[in-house]
Formats: sequence, C-alpha cells, structure tokens
Amino acid sequence: MSAAAKRKRINHLLIHAGLICFAAACVYPLLRIFSVSLRPGDKLFSTDLSLIPAGATFISYARLLGDTMFLRWLWNSLIITLATSFIGVSLASTAAYAFSRFRFPGKKAGMILLLSSQMIPAGMLILPLFLMIMKLKLMNTYLGMIIAYSVSSLPFSIWILKGYYDTIPRSLEEAALVDGTSQVGAFWRIILPLTTPALSIAFLFNFTTAWNEYLVARVVLFSAKQYTWTLGLFELQGQYITQWGMFAAGSMLVTIPVLCVFLYSSKWLISGLTLGSVKG
Amino acid sequence: MATVQFKGIVKKFGDNLVLNGVDVDIKDHEFVVIVGPSGCGKTTLLRMLAGLEEVTDGEIFIDNLLVNELHPSKREIAMVFQDYALYPHMTVEENMNFALRLRKMAKTEILSRVTEAANILQLGKFLKRMPKQLSGGQRQRVAIGRAIVRKPKVFLFDEPLSNLDAKLREEMRVEIAKLYQRLNATIIYVTHDQVEAMTLAGRIVIMNHGIVQQVGSPIEVYRKPVNLFVAGFIGSPTMNFLSGRLSIADGVAVFSNESLTLPIPAFVLPQKEAADGREVVLGIRPDDVMVERPGGEKCSGKIDGVLEVCELLGHRENLYLKVGGQRLLATVEAFFNRSPGSAVSLCFNYQNMHVFDKTTERRISE
Repeated sequence: MSAAAKRKRINHLLIHAGLICFAAACVYPLLRIFSVSLRPGDKLFSTDLSLIPAGATFISYARLLGDTMFLRWLWNSLIITLATSFIGVSLASTAAYAFSRFRFPGKKAGMILLLSSQMIPAGMLILPLFLMIMKLKLMNTYLGMIIAYSVSSLPFSIWILKGYYDTIPRSLEEAALVDGTSQVGAFWRIILPLTTPALSIAFLFNFTTAWNEYLVARVVLFSAKQYTWTLGLFELQGQYITQWGMFAAGSMLVTIPVLCVFLYSSKWLISGLTLGSVKG
Repeated sequence: MATVQFKGIVKKFGDNLVLNGVDVDIKDHEFVVIVGPSGCGKTTLLRMLAGLEEVTDGEIFIDNLLVNELHPSKREIAMVFQDYALYPHMTVEENMNFALRLRKMAKTEILSRVTEAANILQLGKFLKRMPKQLSGGQRQRVAIGRAIVRKPKVFLFDEPLSNLDAKLREEMRVEIAKLYQRLNATIIYVTHDQVEAMTLAGRIVIMNHGIVQQVGSPIEVYRKPVNLFVAGFIGSPTMNFLSGRLSIADGVAVFSNESLTLPIPAFVLPQKEAADGREVVLGIRPDDVMVERPGGEKCSGKIDGVLEVCELLGHRENLYLKVGGQRLLATVEAFFNRSPGSAVSLCFNYQNMHVFDKTTERRISE
C-alpha cells in the first residue's frame, strides 16, 4: 500500500471514529430512557448500565396505558399536530407562492417582517397568544391550540417554500397557462407536485414543533382531558415522587409517531435539503 | 391556421420602453422569423402574442380576433420555450397529452394525436421516459411534440435551438424546416441567430431597440438592407463598411476617404441621391470583395492592399486586408496561398454594393 493510500485510510478511520462517537452520544440518552422504562419499580435509581436491566418488565408501559389518560393525551397531540401541520403547510404554500411569483406593494417588507417575527423569543409570544385565544373564546380547545401553533410556525414555512419556488422556472407555469390551465391550475398541477421536497420539510418542521410544544399548551389547556402528551407526562411528576418508569415509557412511546413521519418522508427530506444548493 | 396582426404595439416595463409601435402583418401558413440582438424586444413581442405579457398599447389580432385581453389558453396558440419547459414530474407522453387532458378530449383521440406526433418526431420509444432521462435534442423534440398535438392556429417558437450544441442545432433546424413543410402551419419563430432566420424564414422581421427595422424575404433583407443596422446584422461574416464623402466628377459620383477613391456607377446610386459632399457609408459584403490571384479572378480598377491574416474555413477562406488605413474582410475560395504581409490587388463587385446615408443610416442606393 502506498503512503498516500495509507494516509487516506487512516483519515477515513479517524473520521469514522469521530462520527461513531457523535452517533453514540446522540443515541445514548434514548437507550438509557428505554432501559429505565423496562426497570421494575424497585430498581429505578439503579446505576446499572446494561440496556436490558435485570428483571426487565413492561409494567411501566402497562400502567401508563391502563392507569392514566396517556392514550387520550396522545390522541389530543396527534389531532392538534396533524391539523397544525396540514393547515400550516397549506397556508404557507399559497402565501409563499404569492411572495415568489407576484409583484405587490409591501412584498419585501412582508418578507422581512416574517423573518423578524422568528427572532422574537417564544416566551414573549405567550401573553399575546393567551389574550388572543381567550378573546376568541378558544381556551382549552383543539382549535385554539391549532391556531396558536399554525401562526407561529407559518413564517419559517413561508421562507422555506418561497426559496424553493424561486428555483422553479417560471416557464413551467407559462407553458401550463398556454396549455390551458388557470393560474391556480398551474400552481396545483405543476408547481405543487414539484415542491414536494420543500413541502415535506415544512410539514416535518410543523409536525415536530407542534408535537413537542409545552409552553403554549400549558397556557391554553387546563383540563386533563384536553391535555397534550407533553402536559400529560408532566402530571406524572408529583410533589414528593416522580414515576420515572412511566415517564420513561411515555417518552419512548411518543417518539414512535415522529419516527414514523421521519422515516416515511426521509427520501423527500434528503432531496429537499440538497435541492437548490446547486444550479441546474 | 390563422393570420396574426400586430398594430402599434407598445410595451413598457416601468419607464423602460421595450417595444415602440410595432406593426407587423403575418399571413396564414407563413413562417415568420423575428430576429434581432439581445434586448431588442423580440421575445417580449412573442410573449405578448402568447398572452404571457400585458400589452401597454396597441392591438394584437389572431384570425382578426382582438386577443389583447384573452387568456393564453383561449388564444389557440402553442409555444415552444427556450428552456423547453417540460413538466419534470410527467413522462414524455403525459407532457404531450397534458393540454388534451385538460380539454377532456376522448382518450382514443388523445392517443391517436400523441402517436402521430411521436411518429413525426421519432419519439415513439421515449414516451414512457421522464424528461430528465432524455438528451437536449430529445427534450426539444418533446417540446415541439407538445405543441403539435394541440393542432393550434399559430405555433410560437422562442429561441428553441439556443440551448443546443452547434451540430444538434443544425440537425434540429432541418427538422423544424421539414416539420413546417409537413404541417404548413403559421409559425412565428424568435431567434437572435441570423443563420436560423435566413434558413427557416419565409419572411424575416428584423428588430432593434423595440422598433421593426425591416420586414422581407431572406434574400430581400440580404440583398436590399434598408439601413446600416440590417446590413450589419444580416449576413455572416459581417458586411464591410467604408465611411467617406461623395463628390461629382464629370457627372459621375465618386466615393472617397483617406484610404481610397472609388467611382460609384449610376446603376448603384441614382442621380438624385448623388449629392456633392454628402457623407455616406459604402457597404460591401466579404463575398463581393474580389482579390486577384494567379490563374484566378482578375480585377479591373484595382485597389492595392496588404494581406494581414488568413482564416481557412475549409472550402472558403477569410482574408483580412488593409487598404490604406481601412480594414476589409474578403471571403474567397480556399487555398489563397499567400503569406500575411504580402501585397494584394482587389476590387469590388459593384452589382452588390450598398450605399447608406451616414446621418440617417438609410439606404440610398438602388
């Protein structure tokens, strides 16, 4: 083996060793939570590092699903998250199209305004959101949550989609117009199918943001029946005791929907992240 | 098929005047090429006809129907775009039948039209492929096929060959000429390439700065350019221009500048235009500059010059000459066999000489 080839091989090894370390650091907490969720009640604070603990049991899962309203909370989260994602992406896709394709007064200012709204810390928006939802009489409702989540994730989605639309040649819409579609038809039949990667990214962003959100939910929802899983899991933390087994079991279960959405849309996600980065 | 009329077309983008009173009549079944340098407004004119740009002022008629406010889809036109504009998420077949599906045409009719177009353009085996799996020439043919299946009143081509390499461009040019013979349709074709214009057009519309400079058959605009711009734009290599002044000696007009003096025959310049002291520009195409060679062309009324550079093009040769302080290009039969720096004798073919007024730039010769 030549010296250059040897050096290249060592470089590869070093890079992969580094990547493996990072991957382990990412996966380790998840494995620990999984391990905790399998422990019997008397071994919650064990320092044992084995993935499958001695006396492993699914009792925490059974108790979580049987004794608490966890399934209800999961259902609430799912409805709010899916509705937020669909509404958010629908509104963003049309708004971004207008920003990308049409000339109108305030276009530039509008884009800057949308961007600057992303710079406001989430905590600062809690009070205005609370007042708005209260005045709309939507406290403790799905709709209140959906509105709050949709509007807060809209600016980012619009920016993502606008940038993507800008890369699609206008001649495609013009060809569609000459072929016989309306402007809306050209958007629906030609542009939207081509925007799937960016739509997937916007959908995933909306989905993960709404799925994991805690602060707004804490303010808007007050009955346990309406709780999302983030509030529900918090219920497991008492003043004197925290049910770590059930907490960990819940944490494992809530990752499943996100994991499914990520796996399903992964091919779109990768192409979406790379598309537009090179010309042509 | 249909006639097309542009009447006093004006187009402004903000304060920028792009088209300034364009009047052109296009006859039924005519192949008209709009040609001009980049930014002359030719594509804007085509897009206005397609309904993709608003008309600032003036009227556009297709088959005597005013179409200024008509949606592109209602104009019964088909357009082939410069970048092909094929729908990337559809197969070749879906691209071609998209317009027909929108019209909810019967499936058998759609199939028959697509098959016919695919046969004409030799696209049969590519129908199930995606555009990204095709070469540039194949994509271009699909774009043309998409236009053909619609059987429109007017075909619009917006620089369709500009993205192809030289060889493919030549092949496609012949294909488009064959297609026109087969379809006998009204075609309006925009290009900046004067070779395409000369080879394809029934009539050429030459534009510059948003104004139509000349409309005529290829040979008309080549032989009788109405002004300096047309003379310089049409023809390759470019026409030689010699600036000078006219004088009248013994009733004969004489052109002179610091490098040469030439009598201008009466059949070139009419008596009424031959004013003493008039500033003019002589236009002579490189083909009409004859260079004396042993056993070859002989010149009467020789002009002495020096050969600066030779460019062998195969069967022809470009000779860059210097006459006094004046540079001239002559295109002659190949293998001139003289080295740069050698003295040469040359003369002009007066039959094809052009004279332009220097101030107005208009043609004043016959």
